[in-house]
Amino acid sequence: MHDAGKIIPGLIIFAAIVTFPFYYNMGKAVERPEPKLDTPAIQELKEKQCVESKEFMRANHMQLLNQWRDAVVRDGNNVYIGSNGKKYTMSLQNTCMKCHSNKKNFCDSCHKYVAVRPYCWDCHIAPKESKL
Amino acid sequence: MGAIVAFIAVIILVLIVLAGTGAANLHFLLGVIIPYLTFVTFTIGVAYRVVKWGRSPVPFRIPTTAGQQKSLSWIKDSKLDNPSTTTGVIGRMGLEVLLFRSLFRNTSSKLYNGSIFAHKWEKWLWMGSLAFHWSFLIVLIRHFRLFMAPVPSLLHLIEAFDGFLQIGSPGIFVSGIILLGAVSYLLFRRFYIPQVRYISLTSDYFPLFLIIGIALSGILMRYFIKVDVVSAKELIMGLLTFKPIIPKGIGVIFYIHLFLVCALFAYFPFSKLMHMAGVFLSPTRNLANNSRMKRHVNPWNYPVKVHTYEEYEEDFRGKMKTAKIPVEKE
Repeated sequence: MHDAGKIIPGLIIFAAIVTFPFYYNMGKAVERPEPKLDTPAIQELKEKQCVESKEFMRANHMQLLNQWRDAVVRDGNNVYIGSNGKKYTMSLQNTCMKCHSNKKNFCDSCHKYVAVRPYCWDCHIAPKESKL
Repeated sequence: MGAIVAFIAVIILVLIVLAGTGAANLHFLLGVIIPYLTFVTFTIGVAYRVVKWGRSPVPFRIPTTAGQQKSLSWIKDSKLDNPSTTTGVIGRMGLEVLLFRSLFRNTSSKLYNGSIFAHKWEKWLWMGSLAFHWSFLIVLIRHFRLFMAPVPSLLHLIEAFDGFLQIGSPGIFVSGIILLGAVSYLLFRRFYIPQVRYISLTSDYFPLFLIIGIALSGILMRYFIKVDVVSAKELIMGLLTFKPIIPKGIGVIFYIHLFLVCALFAYFPFSKLMHMAGVFLSPTRNLANNSRMKRHVNPWNYPVKVHTYEEYEEDFRGKMKTAKIPVEKE
């Protein structure tokens, strides 16, 4: 091969870049996060059901929260009618966080895993967490 | 015609996923086997092509001389466009790889008022490809949040810049929109400019449609047809730690996105996309124009039997003198 002194280091750099995700994660046991639902408020509920289904909330909660914010702040409408017909007050702090008072073990567990930093808490006050 | 074939090919790829995740239940094939095969094809294929190129000898200097070459000390030479030193070559290659300087120098030729022929600086292709390649790179780097655990803070910084508009939730990333816009422009110009349309082949349209498909499916997945991101990362981390797992209930749009990305990377070593590696190996760019300062001997030159004038005169001196032809040595 001609110019091996330049081409082979180039190929080694290429190999190092493409295999980077493999050796970066080598030997690390990365468990899927399981958000905890064991807060006192949830334990007291007869029917353990969020405003929408679990599957919907998993994928769409960020959009729902965004719609809630726009409805409350811009339209002054703070009543959400769920797909099950029940009425809820649209409020992050007073509705969502009332049940899910464990931000660290609920919100943050997944957010940390997929590395998202939502800006909810730029304005809202994060709940003070008592030791569970 | 080429565009239609390429478009249908991408549609077929999407249909394969729809069939595979629907009735056939081929999630393991689509989510594990094909990504692994793609990785092997891409890595080995690119290395193979580069080694194959490296085996071609480049005995002579053939750089494009896009400026004044270095000659006499009082003539100013163009150090980047006609480099005569290694430093100049590094500068030229840096500008080429990072900023696409040769596209920046594009001109278009046109007749003005029916008779005046003129060249005009043409920057649209340069702008389009710069926007396309850089936004694609940022989108790719952003995806590493799904490939790494824990995620380094540099990625958060890139996301913060990329999402600085803070529109909606999940927040809009500017790079994704620029990527889709730029790749659409690159496709549009192939349709719109007659000369470019004339030389465009299926292999030009196919990567464009494929990348449009990737960008569209990604944008749909992030903002519209939502998937469970935690499960998506679980699948990817399973692949990266060699403990493959197919979590239940990731939407079909994820598999479409993944399959199109696999198609792009598997297609890479067989296609024009190899310009990623080829740009570094372009003799017209990476050689210093030092032919006037350094003698480059063709390495496979064999000794040629020559008959010099002195030897010729030696053979025929007597006859030359008789015919009154002047000779150098009496």
